[in-house]
Amino acid sequence: MVEEATSSLSRSVAQGLRSLSGREPELIPQARLSGPMPWVIAIMVALTVIAAAAGLALSNTARSASDELSGGITVQVIEANPAERDRQARAAVERLKRVPGVIDAHVVSQDEIEQLIEPWLGARAGDDAEIPVPALIDARLRESVNGENLGALRRSVREVAPSARIDAQSAWLTPVFGAIDSLRWLAVALVLLLAFALGAAVVLAVRNAFGTNRDTIEIVHLLGGTDTQVARIFQRSVGFDAVGGGTVGLVLGLIVVLFFGRRFSDLGAGLVGGGALQWYDWALLALVPLAGVVLAMVTARITVQRALRRML
Amino acid sequence: MHTATDGEIVQFDNVGLRYGADREVLSDVSFTLFPGSFYFLTGASGAGKTSLLRLLYLAQRPSRGMIRMFGTDAITLPRDRLPGFRRRLGVVFQDFRLVQHLSAFDNVALPLRVAGVAERELAKPVADMLDWVGLADRTHARPAQLSGGEQQRVAIARAVIGRPELLVADEPTGNVDPDMAVKLLRLFEALNRLGTTVVVATHDVHLLKKVPDSLIMRLDKGRLPDPTGVLRYPPRPAAFPRGGGEL
Repeated sequence: MVEEATSSLSRSVAQGLRSLSGREPELIPQARLSGPMPWVIAIMVALTVIAAAAGLALSNTARSASDELSGGITVQVIEANPAERDRQARAAVERLKRVPGVIDAHVVSQDEIEQLIEPWLGARAGDDAEIPVPALIDARLRESVNGENLGALRRSVREVAPSARIDAQSAWLTPVFGAIDSLRWLAVALVLLLAFALGAAVVLAVRNAFGTNRDTIEIVHLLGGTDTQVARIFQRSVGFDAVGGGTVGLVLGLIVVLFFGRRFSDLGAGLVGGGALQWYDWALLALVPLAGVVLAMVTARITVQRALRRML
Repeated sequence: MHTATDGEIVQFDNVGLRYGADREVLSDVSFTLFPGSFYFLTGASGAGKTSLLRLLYLAQRPSRGMIRMFGTDAITLPRDRLPGFRRRLGVVFQDFRLVQHLSAFDNVALPLRVAGVAERELAKPVADMLDWVGLADRTHARPAQLSGGEQQRVAIARAVIGRPELLVADEPTGNVDPDMAVKLLRLFEALNRLGTTVVVATHDVHLLKKVPDSLIMRLDKGRLPDPTGVLRYPPRPAAFPRGGGEL
């Protein structure tokens, strides 16, 4: 496929060599969207859009979850005596409400606890006196939970509720955040790899086209043509292919992103429907083909100029 | 007759050229070309004529020696200044080297387009030039549709369209009949009268007599013997054999 792409570019450059000044209409090279080279670029751009969208969605998901959980703490009152458990829970809530920086604190209702433990212990397990279910308190701090304020809260709450165990909610999701972070870096690596692959494909195609048109380039050189003039021909030719391929790639990529976004939205994961991708994310995705065009044209220019430097 | 005070357009001093590790194809070549002169470069096949011309039209750097062109050291000339120098040259290649996908018109227009001449300003000179070389009716033909002689005339038109200061032609009459050869020489002479220095490489001794005021440089196995036997460098134009003389 790369071979076909390079031969297509050769033909395109041959057409491009018809124009050096670029002013005369009949000498402006026509974009060649029929050859494989634009399709190679389209596939690269589509994959980049998908990888970038996945990375952005993961990033947004992690940020959203982190924001939601960053100020959250959970207090468990682990006490076998139901009366004492209720007393300590109420005392803990009262104490928490008096601590500066705590914006909300409430005992989780028995119904909610029943729902939480039902998958493991069955229905109405909370009513079973032989299964001491701890009392739960959900509290929210104005600022993120850190070791310092968590420690202070622990000390304060345990003064009135010795059986209380206090944990930051974000701590429970640390492994999840770690996994999301890894996936995000994987997406970044994929985008970089695809950019590298696009550059490499352009280098191969341009080198091939350069070799095919070497005689003509030499003649143009001997007639006083500058490196910039010759490089511009290749750059323009690659640019036409990249614009066509990039547009197609963007459309293909967005179709895939929207499709998966809808599927995740149905799951309640909120990739798109839940607002995981914001308007600026879509704008960033729209810039992918533009970046591809710039990358392809700059790569073509550098490749040609390096090749020309080997000629006198 | 030129004198040293006329200034030189090209000056070679002990120039040597070798390709790779082979023996030198040009050795100790020293000569001076003066503005407005007409030179024939002769020599047997393999004498080094084409190699010498390649040095003249800046397609090759010498292995040693010194070359000055238009008053500038051409060997240490920075690469980005080469195009400017090349635009002052006209070259007729032995194998024409026409761009195959371009028409005769576009081939002839190429040096002007390279130089940035506007489209509206190049149509007439290109048409006139094609008319001058007798190809007014072949304007849109591509090289593959032209005979060898016609291709050669397109190559010549391309070389002279920019009114070069130095015209270098490698066997420009090699593919044309005698009448056309004479006609092309007259074309070179006309250009020469306009002030262009002309160097024509040929092994056709009959051509030399067709341009009476020409000067002859004879290459022999890569060397340019001192034509006077007295002066080693620079050989003054008056010291060259005249075009009508014996070789």
